[in-house]
Amino acid sequence: MFLYDFTELTSTIHAGLETTFGEGLLTTTIEFVIAGIVYLLFFAVFGLFAVYLERKVCAIIQNRVGPNRVGPYGLVQTIADFVKLLMKELIPINNSDRFLFNLAPFIVITATFLAIGAIPFAPGLQMLDFDIGILYVTAVSSLGVLGILLAGWSSNNKYSLIGAMRSGAQIVSYELSAGLSLMTIIVLAGTMQFSQVVAGQADLWFIFKGHIPAIIAFIIFMIAGTAETNRGPFDLAEAESELTAGFHTEYSGIKFALFYLSEYINMFIIAAIGTTVFLGGWQPFQIPGLETFNHIMWYCPPVLWFFLKAFALIIIMMWFKWTFPRLRIDQLLKLEWKYLLPINLINLILMATCVLLGWHF
Amino acid sequence: MNAIVEYIKDVFGGMKSLLTGMTVTVKYFFSPGEIVTQQYPENRDTLKMFDRFKGNVYMIHNDQNQHGCTACGICEMNCPNGSIEVIAKQVVVDEKKKKVLDKHIYRMGMCTFCGLCVKACPTKTLAFGQEYENSVYKRSNLTRILNKPNSTLAN
Amino acid sequence: MADAIANIDLDKEEDYLLNLGPQHPSTHGVLRLLVNLRGEVVKDLKPYCGYIHRGIEKMCERNTYPQIVHLTDRLDYLSAHQNNEAVCLLVEKALGVEVSDRVKYVRTIMSELSRIASHLLWWSAFGMDLGALTTFFYGLRDRELILDIFEETTGGRLLQSYNCPGGLMYDIHPNFQKRVKECLVHLKKKLPEYDKLLSGNVIFMNRAQGVGILSKEDAISFGVTGPSGRGSGWACDIRKMEPYSAYDKVQFKEIVRSECDSYARYMNRMDELWESISIIEQLIDAIPEGEYQTKMKPVIKLPEGQYYQRVESSRGEFGVFVESRGEKNPYRIKFRSPNFANLSALDHMTRGQKIADLIAIMGSLDLVIPDIDR
Repeated sequence: MFLYDFTELTSTIHAGLETTFGEGLLTTTIEFVIAGIVYLLFFAVFGLFAVYLERKVCAIIQNRVGPNRVGPYGLVQTIADFVKLLMKELIPINNSDRFLFNLAPFIVITATFLAIGAIPFAPGLQMLDFDIGILYVTAVSSLGVLGILLAGWSSNNKYSLIGAMRSGAQIVSYELSAGLSLMTIIVLAGTMQFSQVVAGQADLWFIFKGHIPAIIAFIIFMIAGTAETNRGPFDLAEAESELTAGFHTEYSGIKFALFYLSEYINMFIIAAIGTTVFLGGWQPFQIPGLETFNHIMWYCPPVLWFFLKAFALIIIMMWFKWTFPRLRIDQLLKLEWKYLLPINLINLILMATCVLLGWHF
Repeated sequence: MNAIVEYIKDVFGGMKSLLTGMTVTVKYFFSPGEIVTQQYPENRDTLKMFDRFKGNVYMIHNDQNQHGCTACGICEMNCPNGSIEVIAKQVVVDEKKKKVLDKHIYRMGMCTFCGLCVKACPTKTLAFGQEYENSVYKRSNLTRILNKPNSTLAN
Repeated sequence: MADAIANIDLDKEEDYLLNLGPQHPSTHGVLRLLVNLRGEVVKDLKPYCGYIHRGIEKMCERNTYPQIVHLTDRLDYLSAHQNNEAVCLLVEKALGVEVSDRVKYVRTIMSELSRIASHLLWWSAFGMDLGALTTFFYGLRDRELILDIFEETTGGRLLQSYNCPGGLMYDIHPNFQKRVKECLVHLKKKLPEYDKLLSGNVIFMNRAQGVGILSKEDAISFGVTGPSGRGSGWACDIRKMEPYSAYDKVQFKEIVRSECDSYARYMNRMDELWESISIIEQLIDAIPEGEYQTKMKPVIKLPEGQYYQRVESSRGEFGVFVESRGEKNPYRIKFRSPNFANLSALDHMTRGQKIADLIAIMGSLDLVIPDIDR
């Protein structure tokens, strides 16, 4: 069926292009362009929807109604906002490093763009299937900090500079935790390839397979992931009550919109990695032994399963953000180096022991 | 050893406190009935101010277009901001000169809604209205003449 | 800016100056702080006041005593009622007028309601200063009920101008008692939620505990009063020391903590909310019958002399000093505003702390800027 397996669709397109343009560079280029456009569209649509979702979720938590004026239930609100941002004047800043200032938002958005390519949304719906996919994603998703640092540095604004420096310290440290918690699962899965990781969870998701160490790793991954996206209680780079808007204080119009969108896409990437690695990716919920139940679960197409899980994680991250106060920079680093990292290392040993002795499901 | 126990206590105590906080927000997330926002322009018809609401100062007129203002100027005297100006004129009634109200000028832009004029009015002619949409396009529109045209003093 | 640099010693190249405000999300108004930073650490800071100076003290010299009352609303707009009360008590004291018990009771209830409303807003804003944005809406949601009570009885939500020398502007609304009781029931249900959400939160405790230490000696010498001063172990509640209105008729605890940090100031205010609720509960059913306004002369003239009256406003000791030359308006009037004194301690408290702490300490002092500049 169409929604169940995209391999057929993609191979048909590939075959069609090959017959038209012949094998070689041209076909590959066209395929890249098509994929790029698809991802770009996905970016825009998803980003706008995530902004809407965040505004609605926080509104309900805060006993408000949320956006409800533009379109039914305010659905068109974020699109209207985006159009407004597109048309806004880009304010040039005096004495700023013009080149870096303009470059920064593109670095941020490119980093998120690179990361999303490796994530399997459904069978056959994956741009790149590296054998070191997890490593690639963690490496690429932390490139965004470069853009944040440049934005803060080139803005010629002390608030931006402080925000950027905080962000640098934060992402460099939390990269460790995120990587190590993923490593815990790699030990269990025995592979770094996303397609293999997903295939390994066909009977049971890794979070259940690896029981205690996997759950600890999942919690740590969620904390570190939230920190990496500069969100929630870890939004020190923006910290609007201290630094007005942190690193993007001086940005306006579409350049601000890129920062804003990339925050939400980053959130999605973290949720997507969490889904793929811990919650079985596009695999439906399965319990070994219950054949009828497992069969019923397959009625929901994999791509829907993936987005359901990803959105569940996104809503949890929003829940964090709208509940907790912000940490201070030294407490943030203390949390990482004194709590998350040691727990993570012990957890890794625990997982290795479990795998070695076969104490997993 | 003690330090390790303390450390583990820290971790679990901290997580417990965070989870208690999260129960509060999740409770509201699943009870949209507690939303308190009012949809303002839509509820204009049902929106009712409290009867003591200090909206705007106005002069009470009866249906014969008569008011009770004797142009005594006590409101003008009591106003801390000079937002009230009472202009009286002399008219001859029954061959007697008499002071009657010509214009009762009220500058809403200067009014701080302290209520001293309403309280001080000896004939209880001034009162607070229920208007709550007081924005205007020009500053001059904030200056109002409270006595209606051709209104007279009630007996 | 030039004089500022001259005043703050930039001894090392890595130090830099940051202008926090006058337009900044967490200064709660137009306060400008010139902060001398090394990295994230505050070396010292200098508050610059005057961005919302309206010359209220000078305006008061031109106005008669009943007219002054409504100007004091505009000082600390969150404790408008207490400020009004101070002026009215002063005039009554100077003239030797005794107001009826009804007036005293109603004034006390209204003062405590303002205190609750003010502390709720402070709680909201403090949470937001620390990045917990949801607190802002919960606090304002519950404060709205109190504002409704104010509006029904006084006609004003924020600036009530309900007091006048010799009593009250109007009698209480027939619904007043019913509404207050309903509101208290609601608050008692919601306040434990506040504790769950913020007071017990580990992130919040780490942000507030041990931060912004102000010793008792310093609190006294800077004149930091109110819940902030009592957080430093200084028992400075005017309601206990010089009971005015009906405070001598009620039982309540003076909340003093000696931790001297932001958390002590925070918990003081949270406990004061409960104390205020208990004060209102003691009074609300016992409002005696009587005149709501003592007959006063049409033109109030204070006898020649100097008068001082202080009340406990939501943020500390609010005092009014009047020098009268026997006219209908004061010769000189001076307000002793709690926020000005509290602000003066900010530099001392924030030295060596981080920027984030500066915001937290400022939030824990609960500054209202129009009260500083007057």
